[in-house]
Amino acid sequence: MSNLADKILFLPERASTFAEKVDDLHYFVVAVTMVSSIAVGLAAIFMFFRYRRRVPNQATEYVVPNLPTEFLFVSVPLVFFLLWFAIGFRDFVWYTTPPKNTYDVYVMGKQWMWKFAYPEGPNGVNVLHVPAGRPVRLLITSRDVLHSFFVPEFRVKMDAIPGRYTQLWFEATKPGTYQVLCTEYCGLSHSKMWAEVVVLSPEDFEEWLKEQKRGRLASRQDALADTSLVPPVARMAEQGQHLAGTQGCFKCHTMDGAPHIGPTFLGMYDRVEKLENGQTIRVDEAYITQSMMDPGAHIVAGYKNVMPTFQGKLQGPETAAIVEFIKSLRTQNVREGASEGPAYEPIQ
Amino acid sequence: MQSSAHTAGATPGGVPRLAGHFASLEVQNHAARLGMWLFLSTEILLFAGLFVCYAVYRYAFPEAFAASSRHLDLTFGTINTIVLITSSLTAALAVHYAKEGKNKLVVWMFALTIAMAGAFLVIKGFEYSHKFHEGALPGPHYRMAAVQMAGAPLYFTIYFLATGLHAFHVIVGMTVLGWLMVRVIRNPNLGPNNYTGIELGSMYWHLVDLIWIFLFPLLYLI
Amino acid sequence: MNPSSSTTAEGALPGHGAHDAHGDHHDHPNYLVDGTTIKSWLLTVDHKRIAIMYLVWILLFFLVGGIFAMAIRIEMLTPGPTIMDAMTYNRTFTLHGVIMIFLFMIPAIPAVFGNFVLPLMLGAKDVAFPKLNLASLYIYLAGAFLALWGMLNGGLDTGWTFYTPYSTHTTTSVAPVLFGAFIIGFSSIATGLNFIVTIHTMRAPGITWFKLPLFAWALYATSCIQVLATPVIGLLLAVVTGEQLFQFGLFDPARGGDPVLFQHLFWFYSHPAVYIMVLPSFGVMSEVVATFSRKNIFGYRAVAYSSLGIAFVGFFVWGHHMFVSGQSTFDAGVFGVLTMLVGIFTAIKVFNWVGTVYKGAVDFKTPFAYFCGFLFFTVFGGMTGIAVATTSLDVHWHDTYFVVAHFHFIMVGATVMAFLASIHYWFPKMFGKMYHEGWGLVAAAFIILGFNATFIPQFLVGNYGMPRRYFEYPERFQALNVASSAGASLLAFGFIIVAVYLTYALAYGRASGKNPWRSKGYEWVSDSPPPTHNFVGPQPTFPEEPHLYVDPKKAEVPDAV
Repeated sequence: MSNLADKILFLPERASTFAEKVDDLHYFVVAVTMVSSIAVGLAAIFMFFRYRRRVPNQATEYVVPNLPTEFLFVSVPLVFFLLWFAIGFRDFVWYTTPPKNTYDVYVMGKQWMWKFAYPEGPNGVNVLHVPAGRPVRLLITSRDVLHSFFVPEFRVKMDAIPGRYTQLWFEATKPGTYQVLCTEYCGLSHSKMWAEVVVLSPEDFEEWLKEQKRGRLASRQDALADTSLVPPVARMAEQGQHLAGTQGCFKCHTMDGAPHIGPTFLGMYDRVEKLENGQTIRVDEAYITQSMMDPGAHIVAGYKNVMPTFQGKLQGPETAAIVEFIKSLRTQNVREGASEGPAYEPIQ
Repeated sequence: MQSSAHTAGATPGGVPRLAGHFASLEVQNHAARLGMWLFLSTEILLFAGLFVCYAVYRYAFPEAFAASSRHLDLTFGTINTIVLITSSLTAALAVHYAKEGKNKLVVWMFALTIAMAGAFLVIKGFEYSHKFHEGALPGPHYRMAAVQMAGAPLYFTIYFLATGLHAFHVIVGMTVLGWLMVRVIRNPNLGPNNYTGIELGSMYWHLVDLIWIFLFPLLYLI
Repeated sequence: MNPSSSTTAEGALPGHGAHDAHGDHHDHPNYLVDGTTIKSWLLTVDHKRIAIMYLVWILLFFLVGGIFAMAIRIEMLTPGPTIMDAMTYNRTFTLHGVIMIFLFMIPAIPAVFGNFVLPLMLGAKDVAFPKLNLASLYIYLAGAFLALWGMLNGGLDTGWTFYTPYSTHTTTSVAPVLFGAFIIGFSSIATGLNFIVTIHTMRAPGITWFKLPLFAWALYATSCIQVLATPVIGLLLAVVTGEQLFQFGLFDPARGGDPVLFQHLFWFYSHPAVYIMVLPSFGVMSEVVATFSRKNIFGYRAVAYSSLGIAFVGFFVWGHHMFVSGQSTFDAGVFGVLTMLVGIFTAIKVFNWVGTVYKGAVDFKTPFAYFCGFLFFTVFGGMTGIAVATTSLDVHWHDTYFVVAHFHFIMVGATVMAFLASIHYWFPKMFGKMYHEGWGLVAAAFIILGFNATFIPQFLVGNYGMPRRYFEYPERFQALNVASSAGASLLAFGFIIVAVYLTYALAYGRASGKNPWRSKGYEWVSDSPPPTHNFVGPQPTFPEEPHLYVDPKKAEVPDAV
């Protein structure tokens, strides 16, 4: 029965404990709304016919409500409205009061993407992994303007405000992938500021966490479970990986730390490298891009000047995608001591 | 509300023009006063928004607001308050004299009021220029070394917005009173039946004073 | 004349001065022809001419806002870009909102029909401050032109709610559009002030407070809101304009400001503003239902008090726009329960309107057709308002198309229906002519059906999870969007039909006579169209309450309730 109601009302599936609470009240309110609208409509239509004017200057009775009638008119709606307020507010208090043992994730909204950070784990863009059956609390803020974090299947929403944290908690009921939509106008690409929540069973979630700590590429935080939920612009890293394959980068550069003709991509970004001429350079977006366009300009000590130029072969967005891909291959290692020269170790 | 009984010729003063759509002079005067009260209520609500901002940010940054407030010139502020309250007195006296038909005194009272308003603005000008030198300016322009706390620029933003808006209303009030003054000089016909314009102008002036009476303690004293 | 007869021809009320049966006299020309130079129109202080000038501009701005609406609906036909790019779309929905709210909805019924009809209803010659009335028109136009200029020179993309910090950082032309709205605010305050003083001081002898027509009560409540709430948004508009230009940072967290404070100040006006938009429409409907049911309004005092109740309680519910903005749970509770109370007042009115039809004598003319649409839309739209006021449910619905559908049900479904009803009801009063009744009903049918077809899918797509202000959307939302756009075409077609036959009627409509509806509303005592000073001879008196249609030979008429 509720499935029929869901279909008629276009309600998405219920995937959180809050959704299940809230939908009951939803059906109640909608039902009374429909019934009362139809009742008023029918009463009106009936009266239009029953009391239609028969002569142009027809006189009518002087009808005024008596006090009991007025009292009825006021109290019946009032009872319904206050009942809905009471149930709704009780549920709202439940919604705004996270239980004690929540699994916390930090969320930062930024034009026009969502970034997620686990206290003891990886960061990622546009994908949030959570365990099913366990309360999760999101601590939400914004980098720039107002955003709002909305998951229709969970029936949850909370604004992301710059300069402070807001919180939202939920308990997902079953594994699945659900879309996150930004629901506070934030500029040009507000309508593409989507993300996804990947709900894993508790065992799968533990497994996923372990994988994250190992930093293996295949199950990195940003691997989208459902590519249709997040628009292409957010999947730059994947595009970059694809391009790196088709443009032949992997002929000379590895992704897993193994030494080869050129420096390995793994852990390359943000490293401080020593150049042939003795200078040090930080491997940032500019340096990586320059290496693609003018490879001979700054060469890391120990490598030969054999890289071809890709100027004219790669468009601007494509080089950006490759940069994003390389950035996604950062490692977890904490550096100790002064930061100089290549400081990574290949991950086994 | 004053009565405007038509005592036939017993007291001095001319009869103002009755606009065609009003039932009587009494109704016209009543309407004028009611209209002015409504307008004054809109002015109060205009400033209310700024007072709310002040309250909220004071609650958020109590030390910064207190420290910044110490850096306002209390002497100037107090003088300004006395000047403005006195100007309200002269404005009220103008209404009193208008009811008695003493046109010349009305002109003098308004002249004094306008002069004191001018003095208020001059003193405010000194205060503002002092702020500019100190660097106590709104938002991104803030560079006052003496108070470097979060929330201090916000205090001065509110200070300049509130006192600036108030100063704008002082100028408007001066213009209105000046215009009334000129009218009385040209056509000295005030009396117990004909002083509504003076009363309305004076009411506006009292509001301008009232707003300052709230601004002064909030900005300077606490 | 038999002073207590209720069946005299033309519904003439007893007690008003005698004059001949025609609408105008040689020496008392009607207001339309009394002075034919442009100057006599542009510098008029006649409330009726001012109302007509307002009507022309308001309809023009409604057309512009409507064109933006059609552009939005066409763009929404496909999930990706259809006819424009993202920035253009963001500007389009913003401007649709700004134009419709500030340039159309707020002034529409008060500035046009309030101005025209209120003095007639009170037996007065004009409003209290006719020159202020004229000034309000020019202030309105000045603000409107400034805002339009801003729209053409860079547009605005913040949404009509211009939340900070986005609105203080965006590079679109915030300053002219918001400052234009600021200027329009003065016009709104002037109109409200004028009406309050008029109602207090210019009622004809015999019109006590509890014999005031209900349209006058509605205008009174609306004017109170206009006077008290508009200054707050005025200040906010000025401050945000300044912030955009000078970056004060009053609402910018980077400088210690609080974006949520902005929202509180914004909604403190903007929630009462929606009552400015809807209360006059409730007043019009009370008049229309009484006239076309030929019956006294069912619970006069209840309706009058409920207007005041809405105005008063409406000031304390603004936080229901902010349930998920980060405000405290306690605040959410307070605002939630007060919003429920505000809903009761509208429920009272609905029952009273239906009660008026009960045992009436219904003449199903075009204004009454709009009343039917209005009734259904007010109940449905009002109930969905109660639904979104329920805090737990609003978490899902906030900032989705569900809310968009709710407020369009009230703003279009109630106010625009009432605006159309007003035009049709008072068309003979204003122009002395009648429009074609058949076309009137046809257009009403298109509009009512088209409206349903446009906005009911929007409730559903909001349930489904589609946020508002979305240029591109996930594919699953497409079917409902296409349905809504199809409905919008029907709605637009209905409006076009109305424009055509009303224009035709202005030129070639048959003479309506003084009181074609045989209404006993007070405004029908004057001629149609009225002479410049509304009444010829002494001021009329109104010994009976308005809309008294009983046969005095039958049951006792109790004293006015």
